[in-house]
This record gives sequence, C-alpha cells and structure tokens, in this order.
Amino acid sequence: MSGTFSRREFLQVMAAAVVSGLPITNSRAGTDASWDGLYDVPRFGQVHLLHFTDCHAQLNPILFREPSVNLGVGEARNRPPHLVGDALLRSYGIKKGSPEAYALSCLDFEEASARFGRVGGFAHLSSLVKRMKATRPGALLLDGGDTWQGSATAMWTQGQDMVDACRLMGVDVMTGHWEFTLGSDRVEKIISSDFNNALDFVAHNVRTQDFGDPVFPPYVIRQINGVPTAVIGQAFPYTPIANPAHFTPNWAFGIQEENLQKVVTEARKQGAVVVVLLSHNGMDVDLKLASRVSGIDAILGGHTHDAVARPIEVKNAGGVTLVTNAGSNGKFLGVLDFSVANGRPTGWKYRLLPVFADAITPDPEMAALIARVRAPFAEKLGQRLAVAGETLYRRGNFNGTFDQVVLDALLTEKNAEIAFSPGFRWGTSLTAGMAITLEDVMNQTAISYPQTTLTDMTGERVKAVLEDVADNLFNPDPYLQQGGDMVRVGGLSYAIAPFEKVGNRIQDLRLNGKRLDATKTYKVAGWAPVAANVEGEPIWEVVSRWLKDQKEVVARGAQSPRLIGVTDNAGLL
Amino acid sequence: MTVSDMNNGGHSRREVLSRRQVLWSGARLMGGLLLLSLAPIRAWAQALEGMFKERTVDDVLKALGDKPTPSDQIVLTTPDIAENGSVVPITVKSSLPSTTDIYLIIEKNPNPFAAAFAIPDQTDAMISARVKVAQTSNVIAVVKADGKLFSATRETKVTLGGCGG
Repeated sequence: MSGTFSRREFLQVMAAAVVSGLPITNSRAGTDASWDGLYDVPRFGQVHLLHFTDCHAQLNPILFREPSVNLGVGEARNRPPHLVGDALLRSYGIKKGSPEAYALSCLDFEEASARFGRVGGFAHLSSLVKRMKATRPGALLLDGGDTWQGSATAMWTQGQDMVDACRLMGVDVMTGHWEFTLGSDRVEKIISSDFNNALDFVAHNVRTQDFGDPVFPPYVIRQINGVPTAVIGQAFPYTPIANPAHFTPNWAFGIQEENLQKVVTEARKQGAVVVVLLSHNGMDVDLKLASRVSGIDAILGGHTHDAVARPIEVKNAGGVTLVTNAGSNGKFLGVLDFSVANGRPTGWKYRLLPVFADAITPDPEMAALIARVRAPFAEKLGQRLAVAGETLYRRGNFNGTFDQVVLDALLTEKNAEIAFSPGFRWGTSLTAGMAITLEDVMNQTAISYPQTTLTDMTGERVKAVLEDVADNLFNPDPYLQQGGDMVRVGGLSYAIAPFEKVGNRIQDLRLNGKRLDATKTYKVAGWAPVAANVEGEPIWEVVSRWLKDQKEVVARGAQSPRLIGVTDNAGLL
Repeated sequence: MTVSDMNNGGHSRREVLSRRQVLWSGARLMGGLLLLSLAPIRAWAQALEGMFKERTVDDVLKALGDKPTPSDQIVLTTPDIAENGSVVPITVKSSLPSTTDIYLIIEKNPNPFAAAFAIPDQTDAMISARVKVAQTSNVIAVVKADGKLFSATRETKVTLGGCGG
C-alpha cells in the first residue's frame, strides 16, 4: 500500500514541479531499456493524421485494464478486435511482458502496471503529439469523441476543462457521442464560441428531426503538405437510444450509409485526394460499413475502446479501406501516414503508440492548464473513501470488479433484491492497496443522468431487460449492436447463450439459488435512467457512502453469468 | 478563401433556421388552399377504413386483395434501430409505373395497417411518414401499381435503450 501511495504522491510532486518550472527527469525513462525506440516513428509519405479517441476526460495519467472477455459473434468470432490475452498478443506479434503487451492486453496487469506505470494524461499526450508533429509538419490532430465526459472535472465544468485542453493541444477536427449528453444547447454553444475558427466539429449523420437538415458540417477538407485531405465525421449513430434522447430532442442520428456514400463522392469531387472517416461507430460497425461504402481510404474509429495495433484492410467495390480503433482513456495515439503520387494514395503506415506516462516528459503548458482546472476541486477529489482489496476494473463483456462494487453498493444502500448497472466501457482501474478516492468513484459514474432508482419489476420484465441488452451486444449484425457491454447484474445469477437469438439467450435466472418467478415482483435498483425527469440520489453519492462504511473493500471478484455454447472463443481468457 | 473554408459542407445553422421559418409562414398560407382539394379523396378513404381494424398481416392482405409480389422497384427506408418507437420515420419510394396507392403495414402492431396514401397521377410516388412501432417488427410497404400489389419488407428494431458505450 505504501508503495502505491508514494507513486500517487510522486505524480503530484511531479505536477507541482512542472508548474513551478523545475526541470523534470523521468523516473524510469533513463533506466528501463524497454522504452528504447518506443517513440522513434520515422515519417512516411506526405499525409499525416494523428488520432486519439474515447479519452473520457482523463486529463491525468491513469491505469486502465483491457478486457479479459470480449466475445466476437458471427463473422467477428476469433478476429480482431475480439481477441484477448495471449491470442491478442500473438495476432499482433507482440512480446509477452513488453510495455506494448501491458498497454494492449489484460495479462499480468498487476505486475505490469507496477513496472510500467500509468498511461495517458493530456500533458503526456501533448508531448507525444508535439514529437510526432516535429517530424510530420502539417499533421492533423483528430479527436474521435467521448472527450467531454468521464471525469468529475469535465462534469462540473460542463466539459470546459476538456474543451480548453483540446484547444491547447491543437485538435483540428472532432466528432462526438457522450458530448451530446451535455445537451444540444451546450454542444452548440461550445462549437459557436470556443471552437469558432479553431476546431471543426463534423458529423454527416446528425440531422434535425423536423426537416432532416444537417446539424454539423459533414466534413472538412484540409491541405496537408499540399494534399487535399477530407475528414468526414460519423457521430455515434445510436446516441438517442443508448443515452437519453431528451438531451438532443430535435436531432436524429443513425448510420446513414447512403448519405455517407454521397458525402464521400462530394468530397472527391471537391478535390480530396485522401478521404478518411473520423468515426464513433464502434469497430464492428466500421468493419461492415467499410465493406459497403467505397472511396474511403481509412476509417479512424472509436467507441468500442478496442486497442487495435494493426489496421484491418477491408475490401469493397472501390478498393480497400483501412479500419482502425485507437483504444480509450488517452492510452494511445494513432499515427497514420499516407504517401501520395499522381493524385492518389500509394501507400500507408500505421502505428498505435501507447502513451506511457513514465516514458514521456509532460508538456509544461498542458500540465499547467490541468493543474489550474483541477485546483478548485483538488481537495474534494482527493477525499479517500476506502482502500481497494483487489484490482478494480470495469471493462469486459459481462462484469468488472469495480462494477461489482457499484452493484453491491446499490443492493445495500437501496435495500434491493436485484441491481442493474450499465455496461459502460469507460471507467479507470486501480490495483490492490490503492486508495479509492472520490475522483476514482467519479471516473466510474460521472454522467449527466446519474439518478439512482428503485423499481418494482416482475421476473418476466427482468428477463426481458437482459434479453434486450444482450441483443445490443451479441446480435450477429453489427449494425444492430450499440457498442456497450452487457448490463451488470447484482443479486441475481443467470446463464447466457450469446450465440442464440433474442429471447433465447438468457436462461436459469436465480435469486439466492431459487428460480426467478416470472409473475412475482422484485425490487430492482439501478442508475442512469434514459427517461426524462427521473428523481433519485446521484450514483456517486450512493457508492461513496457505501465505500466509507466498508473502509477496505475486500476482494469480491466480479459475479458473471454462466456461459452456454461458448467454445474455442479467443475473446475469452 | 481556402479549400477548407469552401468545403465545410455548405450548411450553416443559420440556413437550417431560416428554412424552418420560411416553411412555417408558407404552411399557414398553403393550409387553406389544401383544404379545398380534399373532398375527392373521401370516398377512397372510406373504402379503406375497415383495414385499420384488422388484427393480423394476413387479414390485412386478404382485405387488400392479392398477396403482393416482392419488388426491387420499391425502396423502403426505415431505421435499423428506432430512436423512438412512437414516431419511427419511414420512407417509401416506388418506381413502378402507374403507382396509385402506398400502404404501410407494421407486422407486430396490434393493428398492423398503419397508413394509406393515394398517389395522384403524374406525381412522384414517394411518401414519408412517422408511425408507431410497438416492438421489433417487420415493416411492410405495399404498393398498388396498375391494379396489382407489390411489396418491400425491412425489419426495424425497437429496444429499451440505455447501457450504451
């Protein structure tokens, strides 16, 4: 435990040192040979795109455990991004025990995180961006969205901390998803004031409900070293379904494949030599989209938080489209270079660079901005609630240990028989012995619809909810997937057959060993209601209160459903 | 002006707003004129009235006459997943010559027959409507052209929502 605290304190000291202008020496950069050459990425070609996505407002370096369960269904089975652990490393030719293995997989998370340290952080990401730009003049910096949500400071400043950080870092183009949960008025205000003439927010697939008029510019064309390059925006197509529709009452979304084809054709007509889609579809949707729309050179993707080391080349009527996904939480910077000759792309190189906080000297200007925006909240955020008794993480198809904490808190504090917690893919990790602060709780819960609820539901209704969510995750047609994980379930045990059809997946529901009664009514606690005007104590208050009572959160694991019919699946550790 | 300035898609928010305002004032003017021309359609509507009470797709099709033939000359656009099951936008475009009627059928609704449109001669056979879709269901567009029935079918998913990303 003491070692953990000294790391935290060390980082704070380091941030303070940056603010006061003292010289910085990295703790490990000079001593650990495994960093050597990590960021030596020679320039290739003339068109350079730097891409980060789904940072979820994590301004400071964090820990983030990649999933040990990420099942692929249908054509996605046993193919990237649905690989975990050794299968994932083998697929990309990554050495076990290397820094890259730590960044991309969940293997040996505790030892690896102790050895290689935290990842991400905007001051570190900024330094890496500057380093890439130094060898790539004219490079564009693209933000795939989910930037203004995920932390306490982003929530308390209505995304302003992230907006300021992105402007300072020099983001050129962005698209969105969770941004919209700040409400359409706030989004429009940021775009018209903060982003005015500085940053393009693009999305071809958001239209007004009344007349179907575009809400955002569908694309921009920028000159990169004399090569006209189009960046088309694809916002998360199921925003008003996966998140409350009342935040964007007059906006309609959707994948809008045909419109995308029109936009691509228009961009080419306007002279674009390279066309990329900055997408928040999720990797599986992007792979299908790439097979059906032609004329896109690359899809720079996000949403599903898949750290994909190598682009997937997808064939379509017009040729080949590269599909990438650049992970989450500021862990990675994607670097895509195109060579161009005679008005056509002729070659490409891609690197997914992990952002290792210990290997990068933080950018002083960004560090100062972060310190400034955090200062008013620092004391509150640092409030220690309990100590982690095991690694606490969220990401995974069915449950995570941090979600188990949320579920157990809901069950106790709400006096419920069953608890539901949404299968979000953001939420940072802690290892055993680390303090759980209010900031850590906010990293799991900071949303604009945090109300907790206690509802009477019949057994039949409980099953219907689970079937509905399971189909959003395991429908073999990617266009019918919404990109979240399975709803986390507390109190209740069940079995799931992911490859069955909707209505037949959820089986053997039991409460305290007894079969759930379809007609009986149960008390079900939950949070994050999509309906408008729901009253309820915010989830972070419920979890914080429960944690304070626990003091040390003893290891409880993550209660997960029994899997049926899942054999030889490389998406399961 | 740079290429970037010229090619931000050419759509500003101001255009969106002004279009709404222009149409609003136009609509008030047109409303009065349209009322005058409604009378001839009344008989056609009365003939279809019973359809809205049928309980199954089979009964609806029986009442319409023949079983429709699937046709790729009908383009049916529905969302893959409905954003709001109460108002699901559906568009039907028929390229079949002599299209006179377009009907919308929502298979799983308690009363599947949802809408009927009379297509005046010499007009584009294209309609757009928002209909309630109670649960994940096939949406069937039936087109009457030259007295015969044709169809196109697409499934729209209706989900509880939440839990995304």
